[in-house]
Amino acid sequence: MATARVTVPAARRALRRRRSRRHYAGVLAFLSPWVLGFFMFIIYPMLASLYYSFTHYDMLSQPQWVGLSNYRFMFTSDPLFWTSLRNTVWIIAIGVPVQIVFAIAVAWVLTLPQRGRGFYRTIYFVPAMVPTVAATLAFVFLLGKGGPLDTVLGFVHISSPLWFQDPAWSKPGLVLLSLWGVGETMIIFLAALLDVPTHLYEAADIEGASAWQKFRLITLPMISPVIFFAAVIGVIYGFQYFTEAYVAAGAAGGTRDIASNLGYPLNSTLFYGIYLYQQGFAYFHLGYASAMAWILFLIIMACTLVLVRSSKHWVFYQGGFK
Amino acid sequence: MAVRPIFQPSGSELGATQPKVPRRKAGEARRKNLLTSIAKHAVALFFVVVFLSPFVFVLLTAVMTQQQALSSRLWPHPFQWSNFAQVFTKVHFWLYTYNTVFYAVLATIGVVVSSVPVAYALARMRWRGRQATFLVLLSTLMLPAQITIVPLYVVFSRIHWVGTFKPLIVPAFFGDVFSIFLLRQFFMTIPEELVDAARADGANEFQIMWHVIVKLAKPAIMAVALFQFLFCWNDFFGPLVWSASNTHMYTLSVGLTEFTATHGGTIWNLQMAASLLFMLPVIVLFLFSQKAFIEGVTLTGVKG
Repeated sequence: MATARVTVPAARRALRRRRSRRHYAGVLAFLSPWVLGFFMFIIYPMLASLYYSFTHYDMLSQPQWVGLSNYRFMFTSDPLFWTSLRNTVWIIAIGVPVQIVFAIAVAWVLTLPQRGRGFYRTIYFVPAMVPTVAATLAFVFLLGKGGPLDTVLGFVHISSPLWFQDPAWSKPGLVLLSLWGVGETMIIFLAALLDVPTHLYEAADIEGASAWQKFRLITLPMISPVIFFAAVIGVIYGFQYFTEAYVAAGAAGGTRDIASNLGYPLNSTLFYGIYLYQQGFAYFHLGYASAMAWILFLIIMACTLVLVRSSKHWVFYQGGFK
Repeated sequence: MAVRPIFQPSGSELGATQPKVPRRKAGEARRKNLLTSIAKHAVALFFVVVFLSPFVFVLLTAVMTQQQALSSRLWPHPFQWSNFAQVFTKVHFWLYTYNTVFYAVLATIGVVVSSVPVAYALARMRWRGRQATFLVLLSTLMLPAQITIVPLYVVFSRIHWVGTFKPLIVPAFFGDVFSIFLLRQFFMTIPEELVDAARADGANEFQIMWHVIVKLAKPAIMAVALFQFLFCWNDFFGPLVWSASNTHMYTLSVGLTEFTATHGGTIWNLQMAASLLFMLPVIVLFLFSQKAFIEGVTLTGVKG
């Protein structure tokens, strides 16, 4: 063997090298759309935004280096930054768990009927297809004063809160809206619930386990990877929460200039993404908006990391670690 | 409130003991089965009402007069079907629809054409660094759009692309990470022997991708196209930023939001009619492509 390797003619080695170079050129050709896009639309903008975050920049004049002052201002002298962060943490801490619990409950309801499951699944899923803007406009009306919900609750003498007009109820209103469109999360949980092997439940029945024990000790561990997945996605998208809040404030707030409605009522829907948009594209404080974006990115990375780390303790992968 | 029902025993477990029940008790068991079946459907129907009632009220409001939509009456009197025609004259509905379709179709073509080869290289070609590249690609899903939007705005406004569709469409031709991920997952499931056979026949990588993989992965490609189309139809942030108040390029999402704001929530009948027309095409599309759609959602565990 050893001698054979030494005697490989130089020509053949060169050929192999040329072939492998051609192979890599081929791979690169296939990858090229994403590689080019990665540098143009991810790497360059990331570096540029990091640079802008240390400047004052309004696009009219050149960026002006100000060091850490954007970050210092954000943390020490901008109460709206903290308001927006608080609102965002609220919608994630309340909204994501509520949505996951509701999705599991609805998916469980779908596992009940032997016949007609396809029909029910279609109906439950349809609201998830409604474009976000249309769904939000509909909910602002449906929950509004004198709207259908108010009227229907009036029949049973319950007075409806003012929802999108009331700073205490605007965020719960948004959570309600997210529950209506729970379809996608529900579908994933349904698949997970149907995947739980029935012999586990049968074995538990023989041992006389209660319904709660079966849920706690069989169902919950078996669907925990999906819960983990839904939590990660919920956190990543929750920090970027934008469209629903923008549209609800625009539709519920009275003024015609939509940008001045942002956060309506009383900044209760001023989420991080909304405030960043306002700073960047209403006031053209591009340096400040970039600094906010980087803080957002760091927060998202930290939260994802914490979730991934914690998953070792509560996420159960069938057949060992995947 | 929603958790409680989960803890109740499911009916299939109750039914499982049925064959062992003595004949005398069989009738009783059947009656019990019937009752649990009715109870299950009652719960399922309750959620049908929960999920469908918003549609019903939106439809009822869409055919009310303007005065009535502002009152607390629930049933339209008279039915004013002309609201749907009004939408087209008062809201520039044709223009917004045209813009939305234009953006959705071109971006979908771009994403499919550019993502298939990338997914192929990540799934079916052997090269060093493949796993690392895949991880880098996936990690960009975590990157918030807010990080890149400001510098892109600066660049695109310098080359006069702001206020046009180019910032929405051109980047679509450089691959979409979620689509690449979904396609790669599907390409991995195609048996290696088919690819090897094609290689033995002297097919090059492009021919293998086109004749073997794409042909077998049609359902996945359809799912990716469907997701992308729906994403664009839905998209609000992109058209909002890039239209930069150029009303000629408003999509339905941006146009309807502007329309609502400028009328300050006073003509709900037209707003609900417009919202209905806006959601109708995607609901119909969903009903016809349901199988591919739900399989796609389940396959990846996520829709982008």
